[in-house]
Amino acid sequence: MAKEYETVIGLEVHVELATKTKIFCGCSTAFGGAPNTHTCPVCTGMPGSLPVLNKQVLEYAISVGIATNCEITRYGKFDRKNYFYPDNPQNYQISQLYLPICRNGGVEIETEAGGKKVVGIHEIHMEEDAGKLLHDEWEDCSLVDYNRSGVPLIEIVSEPDMRSAEEVIAYLEKLRLIIQYLGASDCKLQEGSMRADVNLSVREAGTEAFGTRTEMKNLNSFKAIMRAIEGERERQIDLLEEGKAVIQETRRWDDAKGESYVMRSKEDAQDYRYFPDPDLVPVVISDEMLEDLKSRQPEFRTDKMARYKEEYGIPDYDIDIITGTKRMADLFEETVAICGQPKKVSNWLMGETMRLMKEKEVDAEDLHFSPENLAKLIALVDNKAINGSVAKEVFEVMFEQDIEPEQYVEEKGLKTVHDEGALLKAVEEVIAGNPQSVADYRGGKEKALGFLVGQTMKAMKGKADPAMVNRALREKLAE
Amino acid sequence: MNLLDMTAVELSAAIKDGKTTAVDAVRASLERIEEKEAFYHCYITLDREGALAQAQAVQARIEKGELSGPLAGVPMAAKDNLCTAGMLTTCASKILGNFVPTYSAEAVLNLQKAGAVILGKTNMDEFAMGSTTETSAFGETKNPWNPAHVPGGSSGGSAAAVAAGECFYALGSDTGGSIRQPASFCGVVGMKPTYGTISRYGLIAYGSSLDQIGPLAKNVADCAAVLEAAASHDEKDSTSIERKDMDFTAALAEDVKGMKIGIPRDYFGEGLDKEVKEAVLQAAKVLEEKGAIVEEFDLSLVDYAIPAYYTIAAAEASSNLERFDGIKYGYRTADYEGLHPMYKKTRSEGFGEEVKRRIMLGSFVLSSGYYDAYYLKALKVKALIKKAFDDAFAEYDVILGPAAPTTAPKLGESLADPLKMYLGDIYTIAVNLAGLPGISVPCGLDSAGLPIGLQLIGDCFQEKKLLRMAYTYEKARGVFSKAEKEAR
Repeated sequence: MAKEYETVIGLEVHVELATKTKIFCGCSTAFGGAPNTHTCPVCTGMPGSLPVLNKQVLEYAISVGIATNCEITRYGKFDRKNYFYPDNPQNYQISQLYLPICRNGGVEIETEAGGKKVVGIHEIHMEEDAGKLLHDEWEDCSLVDYNRSGVPLIEIVSEPDMRSAEEVIAYLEKLRLIIQYLGASDCKLQEGSMRADVNLSVREAGTEAFGTRTEMKNLNSFKAIMRAIEGERERQIDLLEEGKAVIQETRRWDDAKGESYVMRSKEDAQDYRYFPDPDLVPVVISDEMLEDLKSRQPEFRTDKMARYKEEYGIPDYDIDIITGTKRMADLFEETVAICGQPKKVSNWLMGETMRLMKEKEVDAEDLHFSPENLAKLIALVDNKAINGSVAKEVFEVMFEQDIEPEQYVEEKGLKTVHDEGALLKAVEEVIAGNPQSVADYRGGKEKALGFLVGQTMKAMKGKADPAMVNRALREKLAE
Repeated sequence: MNLLDMTAVELSAAIKDGKTTAVDAVRASLERIEEKEAFYHCYITLDREGALAQAQAVQARIEKGELSGPLAGVPMAAKDNLCTAGMLTTCASKILGNFVPTYSAEAVLNLQKAGAVILGKTNMDEFAMGSTTETSAFGETKNPWNPAHVPGGSSGGSAAAVAAGECFYALGSDTGGSIRQPASFCGVVGMKPTYGTISRYGLIAYGSSLDQIGPLAKNVADCAAVLEAAASHDEKDSTSIERKDMDFTAALAEDVKGMKIGIPRDYFGEGLDKEVKEAVLQAAKVLEEKGAIVEEFDLSLVDYAIPAYYTIAAAEASSNLERFDGIKYGYRTADYEGLHPMYKKTRSEGFGEEVKRRIMLGSFVLSSGYYDAYYLKALKVKALIKKAFDDAFAEYDVILGPAAPTTAPKLGESLADPLKMYLGDIYTIAVNLAGLPGISVPCGLDSAGLPIGLQLIGDCFQEKKLLRMAYTYEKARGVFSKAEKEAR
């Protein structure tokens, strides 16, 4: 009988913080500038330049630490990690090794079996991102863009507490939600503002000792992470079954091919010659600062869920979806604050919003219609200025371009026609034009009315109030 | 009085009084440079036209009454590890041989705000690593008191330029004695302030936790004026300190009555030249006669300062100098295949012997398995040395000793035996490890006619005590300039 294996997984998660400026200089962190336009002597490693810590980075890092139940290091330091590579302008990265800002925390996740478990967080440290190399094959040269150099990151190092791909995803989703709720990062895997490296080993079920682990890099989506974990688990088990050893190494996942290859083995591991950066003073966290950051922790999901139930009385299912992302929860709360109709707002988010997100492959973080416009749309329906199907039409445009619905309805002539004369005329025409359906209805087939309503709406170019159409038809047919 | 014999403060007063102009002062300095530079080689870069243009602009502002400080219109020089916008800044290294910064060091900017006129950039040991200015990639500087001897280092170009009258004052940097020792060898006043007093922004780092910029000047009054103008709290330097007591010129009083001077016995033992010892102890007598209380004491740990210093400074240097890689600026080797060969060849060709020695030493002490045994231990020694000074300053206002064990050695003698050269830093290095201020004031000549320097060391932030004592001593000692000595 084949042996049973257990997978042991720990994660190193890099999160790009949402500060306006870089970690050690005043340059912008904005994406998309022309190469080397968001740079200065500090983030390009010019001689004589010196780093100065951006306080916002420290506050975000501590806030994430508090939210993940970490101990906050009251006397910390930055260390230099020395290695030569052109994307690293000083040839050392300023990071934290000896005294990271947060330690010994953990977050609770739900397991597949429906139970709960805590994934430990070994540490969280602050560091700077590197620049980007661009290889110009035509010119046979490489160019460096330092716009990303010095963008602040935190690295969240978990304990090896996860046992399956599902647990990994649950942990990552939990982390992402916490960080998004804090506003510390948008945590987009595809865009690289959240990156996860997977440390994985296998061991025979029931044994205590850890197996030899590998580190997997280049995982750009939850799906890639799932596939990489499955792939690496199988690769390691195959090796063991063949009587071979797993080699401690760093591997790169190729998601298109569904396989990984070796980047470097432990033997090639560099000596980074870490030492405290003498250009930066120790990071001392005062009681006041810590208390202040604790008091500024936002309402996280569990509390939010309870409050929604009590305050808004919307179904549990809706609450679960809406609080599942910060963006959705913000949209919900802000729209309700304007229009005061939680159920209707929830319906728009749960119905049309979710449908369009799926159809157009949009993440919740990228929703960009405003609460003001959604509230106006709801008001237009409430006032019977437009009917439900027109509202859906308008919403779809709003979803794409965040148009102002009142103006849009006006411009496109979508307002419901409340002109009884026009309606009666249409009803008469429909009755005259569809004798069979009229006969069916009069013969007791209630269903035939639906067809006639549809025909009347069509004649009214969709701009009639369906209730009015219904009433008018019934009255006319009863004559 | 010859314009070039004036001190910086005297010159600015003469300019303000309309007796001369900033432009005339620059012209006179440039003439002196033309005459002497071929012998002494104090400068790596001279900016003749720029200096004249600056002088005209400064003169106009002085005449409008916009500039009235004690350095307005005074020509000066900056060590070539201080960035100067638009002006070559080489650190005396081939690897930065073509480097022109787009920004100026904060200390340079501060002096320019005070009306300084920059003549050029002075020679130094490559990346400030050396004690003789012989490790410069652009040739050695000679001691104006005797061109067969070195000017000291690493700020040897700055010290020699002041001594030779090739500028009125200069900025240097001091990581282990690099201002005080050349000041001593060249018979000028040199001061390293408390760590954090002058911003390090724009100073190309050697040992970041030890580096401090400071003045080299003709006398103590000039030294105080330059320190006052250069010092500032700079948010661009995390290690810069906000001080409310930076009116250093206010300390210039002839009064040491009741001040307690401690003479560490450890500074007067084996290895100290007899003539240096006598001159320094004589200076202590002068201060005693002026009312100071002089006592001997044991400082302890002196022997550990050099190994601790070379471990820490080299460790920091090995990392600080990584950015010189041929990628972004500076020298790149001509022929290479691929990235790593390019790094290796560029750095092998771009750095000199002493720099490579220290990079290797520093890389070694930081490497895995040796970090605790060397680097961490050195940090512990550093903390103990600071404690020893704290104990001493609980007793004494000022510690008095020599700046260097000998007078300036002959050219070519030192580099053959780097360990011996390192030992020459014994009296200056502990001051950097403890972050203290120290000043070197000329206190005599040896039988070969070479200057001897008296070093006064103060507790952190006690520059004013040092300046008051140095000023009192200088007044009692009398004139000490090369020109005056030669005239006699």
